[in-house]
Amino acid sequence: MIGLEGIYGITGAMFAAFAFCQALDGAWRSALFWGCFALLVGAGSYLPDLYSGALVLVLAVLGAMGLKPKPVATTDAQTRERSATSLGNWLFLPALVVPAVTFAGTLLLPATHLVDPKQVTLISLGAGALIALAIAMTMLRASPLRAVQEGRRLVDSIGWAAVLPQMLAALGGVFAAAGMGKVVAGLVVNTIPMTEPVVAVITFTLGMALFTFIMGNAFAAFPVMAAGIGLPLIVGKFGGDPVIMSAVGMLSGFCGTLLTPMAANFNIVPAAVLELSDRNAVIKVQAPTAFILLAANTILMALFVYHR
Amino acid sequence: MLVLSGIAVVILGFALRLNPLLVVVTAALVTGLSAHIDLLSVVAMLGHAFVANRFIAIAWLVLPVIGLLERGGIRERARALVGRIHAATAGRVLLAYLALRQLSATLGLTALGGHVQMVRPVIAPMAEAAAEPLDDKTREIVRANAAAADNIGVFFGEDVFVAIGSVLLIKGFLEQNGIVVTPLQLSVWAIPTALMAFLVHGARLLLLDRRLKRRGAA
Repeated sequence: MIGLEGIYGITGAMFAAFAFCQALDGAWRSALFWGCFALLVGAGSYLPDLYSGALVLVLAVLGAMGLKPKPVATTDAQTRERSATSLGNWLFLPALVVPAVTFAGTLLLPATHLVDPKQVTLISLGAGALIALAIAMTMLRASPLRAVQEGRRLVDSIGWAAVLPQMLAALGGVFAAAGMGKVVAGLVVNTIPMTEPVVAVITFTLGMALFTFIMGNAFAAFPVMAAGIGLPLIVGKFGGDPVIMSAVGMLSGFCGTLLTPMAANFNIVPAAVLELSDRNAVIKVQAPTAFILLAANTILMALFVYHR
Repeated sequence: MLVLSGIAVVILGFALRLNPLLVVVTAALVTGLSAHIDLLSVVAMLGHAFVANRFIAIAWLVLPVIGLLERGGIRERARALVGRIHAATAGRVLLAYLALRQLSATLGLTALGGHVQMVRPVIAPMAEAAAEPLDDKTREIVRANAAAADNIGVFFGEDVFVAIGSVLLIKGFLEQNGIVVTPLQLSVWAIPTALMAFLVHGARLLLLDRRLKRRGAA
């Protein structure tokens, strides 16, 4: 059985290599930051929880202080133009190998019983990235050190935002452990009088979007809102269709995802990846679409959920 | 009620534009303390949850690949491809990407795309090339739109696929509550919103071209 531990080890080693190069260049804060992250990713299973927590605190403090990376030498524009002309569309091949291997692996690996079926997509993604790296290194005649330096160039431009999605997922875990979901659902149910079927629908779709906005994740919001409003009121009290309630409810939550900085991997990380000066630029572009679709979902559910 | 103070910390922290890592850690500590969990246990809980979510970090394994491809000129190549097409505009390039992203997601191919793998090295340079000449501010608008097209395409495409996480989550949740549904029933009800998302955001992308033209003229 190939498990996730191996892939975590490789990912940790990659971040450790970034940290090592940063230390060689004297970028100490960056080196410490990515070193701590490398330890958490690579050796997380063996660390006591309290030590992991302390490392997380170090990440937050260093992130707030600023990582101050040193610039990495890469090729100049002329060399890249020449390389682009000579390699042509082959350059796209490694980038397409990643999704191709991920997809094929997800479909084919379960039949081999070599990997844990629950983790098959993540393992395939890791394998896809490694195969693509081998192809890219051959194609560009690049050494492993070159690959590490180019990866580090990207991670430096992304900065602390690369760690944020995981940090937010951890916050979601603490929220759940503290019983946040029940409190929010209770607040919504107790403050809005739900005597009309339509009011229940509006409260449910807007509640899904709002709770997703807070948690940054529609998957976390759905069980809470569906157990608080969807099932007892829309389905139970007013006799609505559970399929439409659930499907359209989840999509209303996705509208909340488009609006929140808490969904960092979709909204904040790309702003860093694309080197935008406004951290919220992506959310601003998405907002009109999100509001229109939220209204559309609410109308859709109001029209169809009560007609069997 | 007191556990909601963590949410207040998050909202305040983001509004004051403090560093999000610090805001999130503070919110976690405040939430835990207000739920009467002692400090060391909250720190341990945070560490446990952070490690439990390590799977998110696996996606960063593509960084060296994309870095090498950028060194090899993938962005320049993407620009050159679009430069040859005279009818190409930023809005049309992104509309085509939205359609591709959404369609492939409905087939379960959610890995085809993504901000690091696809938007930064390929899609954003294509859209920028189609919108030339660009000042810095306009370039940022085009890039932000490229990221948004990726998100909207995958969000409102993936639910149409029967074996995606959200559909399985709903199925599992309903089953726990004694209601048995098939994934296909749920997928069918994702189609109206998927179509609407394409129409609404597609129209907005075509309007983007007008906005860019006005900016160019001004």
